[in-house]
Amino acid sequence: MRPRTRRLLFIGVSVPLIAVAGLLAMTALRDQVVFFYGPSEAREKQVPAGQNIRLGGLVEPGSVSTPATGGIAFRVTDNVVSIPVEYAGAPPDLFREGQGVVAEGAFTSTGGFKASRVLAKHDETYMPPEVAQALKDAGRWQEGGEPSS
Amino acid sequence: MSVELGHFAAILAFTLALAQCGLGFTAVAGSPALAASARAASAGALAACAVAFACLVAAYVRSDFSLVNVVANSHTDKPLLYRIAGTWGNHEGSMLLWCLIATGFAAAAARFSQHLEPALRARMIAVMGIVTAASLAYLLFASNPFLRIADPPLQGADLNPLLQDPALALHPPFLYLGYVGFSVVFAFAIAGLLGEGAGRDWARAARPWAIAAWCFLTVGITLGSYWAYYELGWGGYWFWDPVENASFMPWLAGAALVHSSIVTARRGGLAAWTALLAIITFTLCLLGAFLVRSGILTSVHAFAVDPTRGAAILAMVAAAGIGGLALYAWKAPKAADDAEFDLLSRESALVVNNLALTVSCATVLVGTLYPLFAEYVFGAAVSVGPPYFNLTFAPLMAAVMLLIPAATLSAWRRAALAPVARRLWVAGLAAVAVAVWVGLQPDAALGPVIGAGVGAWLVAGAVTDLVVRAGGRGFRPQALVRLPLRVHGAAIAHAGLGLLAIGACVELGFRREQMSPMAVGDTVLFQGARITLERVEADEGPNFYIDRAVLRLEGPGGPRLLMPERRFYPAANQPTGEVAITSTLRGDLYVAFGETLSQGDGPMRWSMRFYFNPLINFVFGGALLIALGSALALVSAVRNRQVATP
Repeated sequence: MRPRTRRLLFIGVSVPLIAVAGLLAMTALRDQVVFFYGPSEAREKQVPAGQNIRLGGLVEPGSVSTPATGGIAFRVTDNVVSIPVEYAGAPPDLFREGQGVVAEGAFTSTGGFKASRVLAKHDETYMPPEVAQALKDAGRWQEGGEPSS
Repeated sequence: MSVELGHFAAILAFTLALAQCGLGFTAVAGSPALAASARAASAGALAACAVAFACLVAAYVRSDFSLVNVVANSHTDKPLLYRIAGTWGNHEGSMLLWCLIATGFAAAAARFSQHLEPALRARMIAVMGIVTAASLAYLLFASNPFLRIADPPLQGADLNPLLQDPALALHPPFLYLGYVGFSVVFAFAIAGLLGEGAGRDWARAARPWAIAAWCFLTVGITLGSYWAYYELGWGGYWFWDPVENASFMPWLAGAALVHSSIVTARRGGLAAWTALLAIITFTLCLLGAFLVRSGILTSVHAFAVDPTRGAAILAMVAAAGIGGLALYAWKAPKAADDAEFDLLSRESALVVNNLALTVSCATVLVGTLYPLFAEYVFGAAVSVGPPYFNLTFAPLMAAVMLLIPAATLSAWRRAALAPVARRLWVAGLAAVAVAVWVGLQPDAALGPVIGAGVGAWLVAGAVTDLVVRAGGRGFRPQALVRLPLRVHGAAIAHAGLGLLAIGACVELGFRREQMSPMAVGDTVLFQGARITLERVEADEGPNFYIDRAVLRLEGPGGPRLLMPERRFYPAANQPTGEVAITSTLRGDLYVAFGETLSQGDGPMRWSMRFYFNPLINFVFGGALLIALGSALALVSAVRNRQVATP
């Protein structure tokens, strides 16, 4: 095969490949992207029940309970709005009151939030960037990393 | 004292790396004395870096709390193994490990390249000098582990308990051996591009390094994934998280590189493309380090991070990527590329697979970086999860895997379809049989059925390849043993990939989980097993307290006791869980000990989470087979690197 035909091989394979990959990626990004909201924002935007989102904020101190049916219930707050969350699994090791948390799931028709996954971090000094941003947006953030109450 | 010695040694290593770079470039003109001193500088940099590393390890072993780094990450109660592993269980220490590995690779590449053309060798040594000098500069100026504390405390803050684990002690060294190993291939490619018309020479010399780096990276990712599986207690092993993708992208690009370098080293073809892949792969390694260290993306594996450090790494990503690509655009059109091959040939099949691997790597890149894009362009905080990757990466990878058996059975230069098809009908039958079998299971979805079939096709294709090469119908076991190592290596790695695909698809499609609140004496039924909570006991480890649940399992995989634990590390003030796993041929039964449930009047109850992960050991076993296969190919490539075929 001469260099010219070789170039044709490269182009002939890569153009359809990229087209297919681009199409798949665009469809998947349109349908599968999960939006992140802080509690205030979620309330304000009136996120419809059933839509999969990530809800991030602080675990409200004193709000964590373990219902007898298993799982865990707590409230996610940005110190302005607080939203009750139910989660059927076990929380990550670093799930603590007053710490940053991200709950992935959907609002129920009653205004509560049913989480399918709860993320806390591997490290207790870590704050998810979106949670920090949500706290800043709600005007409840002090530089130095400590959320104000 | 030894701390200052270590600090000084790191500075010395930095200056020697600069010298290596300067001497290397001046030696291109042809002075053997200058070339020898460039090599000596690289050996000196390695020795100095080793001293620096030994000093830091010594500080950790002695628990020298006059070092900021030791205070933040160690504790006197920590077992010796984790005091040592704690050296690289943090940002600064891990950067020193990176520098040690980089100087090691630089010295080894300088030493074991005597068969190279002198100018090419001098350029390669000089480029490695740039890589090590940049790493050491980053260490000294942005993340120095040798900083003293004015007022040393009596005790440290302890290493994050999640990291006090054997797999995770080994995970960073292997990952870095992979990342930094690709810097050697990058240096060879840049050296080849800087010289005129370099093609086959640099690729033949760089191929062993590429295979070694890829093998290390495979082991590193597998260790990390296995750790996530048994340590995090989520029942899963791969979450398409940005930090995971950060290591997976160079692995994909590296896979393409390892394969295109076959064509360049054997046939002298695709030299420019191989150089491009070498640049892309190393840039992705640096990008991975940036994503992990800057914390710019939300990750489930994120540790506390310092964004200012990200900027320096980003500058290195830009330098390697933009500089490398600019050089490529300037020089690549002149690269000699004289291999003749037909549209139907092993070379063509490798080109198609290479492009598909690269595009699938690009889809992972898009999914990983899209949240940044969406934030800056739309101002929306979003995340991209597993569904995206299952919809984009998986079909492309399936296409790659469909082609592999046909490619390995095709002849170089010119192949014909009919003989390949005739040899592969058994593999086709095996694929259909496995797909049908998976499809007949309850709740089968299309994706896992196709994936498992493709995996079986790959395993059967690898076996077919060996049988055909060992005589086909006149198959003799002696002939199988006498096949070249690279043939065995390729077959083992491809079969490993097939097993991994089967395991991943079956696990994804048929995993089960159940959460049960249990009191002592309660029995639950899960996946045909009867599991009874016998007792919950308290215990103590070397630096942690234990709550241990003792569960009796009857049924498949039993009878036996399962003992998941909850641990509390007082020094770090952090709880962790230890799951209990029992493996059978069908899969793993996995128990995590959850929280204590609020008690009403009744007995104390705990939440127990049970997972059944079918064929999950195919995933880890398949990944290890890929590493083993590439290790065999490495031996073969080292033997062949000096033999120039006409």
